[in-house]
Amino acid sequence: MKSKYYLKFTGKYLVRMVTLLIAVSVISFVLVSLSPVDPVQQYVGSVPNVSVEQRAKIAEYWGLNDPPVERFLAWGKSILHGDFGVSLLYRRPVLDIIREKFAASLALMMTAWVFSGVIGFGVGCMMGVWNGKWPDKILKKVCLIMCSIPTFWIGIVFLMIFSVQLGWFPMGMSVPKGVPADQVTLLQRIHHLILPALTLSFLSFANVALHTREKLVDVLESDYVLFAKARGESKWSVLKRHGFRNIMLPAVTMQFGSFSELFGGSVLAENVFSYPGLGAAASAAGMASDVPLLLGITLFSALFVFVGNMLANIIYGIVDPQIREGYGHE
Amino acid sequence: MKNESILSVKDLSVSFHMYEKGLEQYDLKVISNMTLDVRPGEIVVIAGSSGSGKSLLAHAVMGLLPENAAISGEISYKGKVLSQKDKEKLRGKEFALVPQSVSFLDPLIKVEAQVRGPKPDMAKIEAQKEIFKRFQLDEKTEKLYPFQLSGGMARRVLVSTAVLSGAEVIIADEPTPGLDLDMAMEALKVFRELADEGKAVILITHDIDLAFHMADRIAVFYAGTTVEMAEAEDFRQGEHALRHPYSKALWRALPQNGFEPISGFQPYAKYLPKGCLFSPRCPYKTEKCEEKIPMREVRGGYVRCIHAD
Amino acid sequence: MSNTAAVSAGTKPRKLQINRRTKTIFFAVMILAVLFSVYLAGALLSDDLIQADFSKKGLPPSLEHPFGTDMLGRDMLVRTIKGLSVSIVVGVVASTVSAVIALIVGVAAATGTSWLDHFINWVIDLVMGIPHTVLLILISFACGKGLKGVLIGVAVTHWTGLARIIRSEVLQIRSQQYIEVSKKLGHSSWWITVHHILPHMIPQFVIGLILMFPHAIMHESSLTFLGFGLSPEQPAIGIILSESMKYLSTGMWWLAFFPGLMLVMIVLLFDRLGENVKKIVDPYSAHE
Repeated sequence: MKSKYYLKFTGKYLVRMVTLLIAVSVISFVLVSLSPVDPVQQYVGSVPNVSVEQRAKIAEYWGLNDPPVERFLAWGKSILHGDFGVSLLYRRPVLDIIREKFAASLALMMTAWVFSGVIGFGVGCMMGVWNGKWPDKILKKVCLIMCSIPTFWIGIVFLMIFSVQLGWFPMGMSVPKGVPADQVTLLQRIHHLILPALTLSFLSFANVALHTREKLVDVLESDYVLFAKARGESKWSVLKRHGFRNIMLPAVTMQFGSFSELFGGSVLAENVFSYPGLGAAASAAGMASDVPLLLGITLFSALFVFVGNMLANIIYGIVDPQIREGYGHE
Repeated sequence: MKNESILSVKDLSVSFHMYEKGLEQYDLKVISNMTLDVRPGEIVVIAGSSGSGKSLLAHAVMGLLPENAAISGEISYKGKVLSQKDKEKLRGKEFALVPQSVSFLDPLIKVEAQVRGPKPDMAKIEAQKEIFKRFQLDEKTEKLYPFQLSGGMARRVLVSTAVLSGAEVIIADEPTPGLDLDMAMEALKVFRELADEGKAVILITHDIDLAFHMADRIAVFYAGTTVEMAEAEDFRQGEHALRHPYSKALWRALPQNGFEPISGFQPYAKYLPKGCLFSPRCPYKTEKCEEKIPMREVRGGYVRCIHAD
Repeated sequence: MSNTAAVSAGTKPRKLQINRRTKTIFFAVMILAVLFSVYLAGALLSDDLIQADFSKKGLPPSLEHPFGTDMLGRDMLVRTIKGLSVSIVVGVVASTVSAVIALIVGVAAATGTSWLDHFINWVIDLVMGIPHTVLLILISFACGKGLKGVLIGVAVTHWTGLARIIRSEVLQIRSQQYIEVSKKLGHSSWWITVHHILPHMIPQFVIGLILMFPHAIMHESSLTFLGFGLSPEQPAIGIILSESMKYLSTGMWWLAFFPGLMLVMIVLLFDRLGENVKKIVDPYSAHE
């Protein structure tokens, strides 16, 4: 019974993932095909004296003269074989670039993710407990203002204050300049990571805090908290036994559901700090009309978001007794 | 058995600070000048139609009203007037609430842990098992989550929390919603047993018919105040033994007594009439009814009506 | 809670708060006026005010140039206001288009066949499944960057949330009795939608529209900052801020600080406006 349920669950997810990825690839392919930018011009770019024949050859080699559907099928086929093409910008296979850049981005995103999740949850709980009193009102205003601050501007402000004025942190990049990659210490990497991570967590922190606050207020006004109080449970016991337990689940789910904003934010944060991650690569690919890389990153980012949502659902299923024990009642 | 009252409520008023259309504020008085008392060993039923502020009385006694509520009047237990602090100390120990539905149980905690409360000792676990046996809840029930309980099971689980607490005063809020007469009687029998063991039981219900059968005394609630407090016997005897026009009308509205509906509507707390709250619907209304009406003793019961005799 | 708090008899409204509604309307009008004057100022200020003047390059804030000047000697205050003006226009146009899309899609999902509903839900999931910024880059790329790319990009990525809200509202209204009655009277689905459903959607539509502005403006400036939005010749906050990056290490903080701060202010004003309109249109949501 149980294994059958999991099988069905997994199957459903696989189907959804495959349809999503197909749809994303169709849409992104259509979008890049619409672009007025001439890929050949972009490719030869700075190289002087490229004759018309040579250009035509490149176009022929890339199949640019074929109808779009044929081109899409050819592209799709090579993707299925694990070949995402070669990045025009870096002159290396797209997959290698994604792998390498994602490693750097993952460190940044996870740091920001954990930070905004933990601190945001903590602050949200405090606001919920103080519901309506002045500390809550002040924190709420602060969070609402934080929500209105663009990620890239706060990044610039952090740079101005902590790097330029105070000199506490480096001006950007993920490693010190001129130091060979194998000689960079972990401490140096962390030193370079702190400001971008703070920047990236800035917006989601406020969101998490406000969301947690609303949930906690709802729970504290619920019938079961009223009954717990009626039974003589102390304030702290009510919070610990009923409050935190009941807001943990939505908080964790929301945190896993926020991969989309996390990735989107990383594009901005990485640009401000010249951090060599996937986000910076995405905008660089767009600027340089590096179509293979742009398509590759788009697909990858969709997969990343999908995995986040899936994890959220799985955790929900494991933790929530209504789903866990009720799988038969579906 | 008819000894001193253990819990008494005198002139209790509760009002809420409300927002109208989100932008204007006003105070909504939901309970006004309410009086009630209950003695060990008896069941006092608080009867009234929905919207008469019955549940809030329970919350006021236990100190559970939300922050935007203001209360005045006296609530005393064993002769001592209670402060909010006192209520917080007494609830769960001397006062127990039996709520009306499964939504009062935490959806993420198993039944056993909820009934026992935080950090139970062996004695408590033993006692809980005994009580479950008494209410015919089998051992599997302990391991269930609230959403897995049937309506009847949930009600028995809720009652067991009150019994386990060993409280002297048990306040049950609508313990019989949606039950047919037999099942409701069955549910109420538990409270009769508890009263016979010496507990003071307050039953809050809109099911007046049931109340007549099970209660020792009945307080009739109307628009947030007690209009009559009388022996249940009076209600069993009939209209002539009752004192307040609303009680009489309630009696006549019962199916077996003619099923005669009361004309008009209970006023919303925001638009209360002056003086007697029932006067707009009362056939005996005179000018004097618009003045403040005190509670007075008539034929061994209490009534809030100047015309009663 | 206090046991002894005196309770005023009856239900007298408190005098101090009696004009809260008026106050809310007043604030909404004020915010609208401020936003409109920023737009007007930006549109009317002559371009001569931001001619390059190398004798004044890189000046810190002063009385004459409250926001300082940039490396071409242009006044940063004028540039900022012009940039904000563009942002407001882009925000308003893109959000309006987006909100109209949301209205059409939301109503269609709720009134059409279940096949259509499933399809629309799937499309919403799809749009939400690609990170916003990445989708914006793609769309901007497809449009060859520039103003058109930003407008289309922001318009087609912001409708999903509002569409979901409208869909559920329409479903709720359609389940009500008078709709049944109207159907029995022989009115077509289209007639019912126009006469009974659309009028109920106006509050949600207006609130959703205004609350979309802040996001639209932030995304426009982000995209411009990355280089996909407005071109460097156009005055835009994103351009100003990305230029300022070059001079950060020289300590010219005013190049980035004031323009960004003003952008935050505009975003906050739109947000406030949305909240105030919500309180006026849908009073029950306003519970402090």
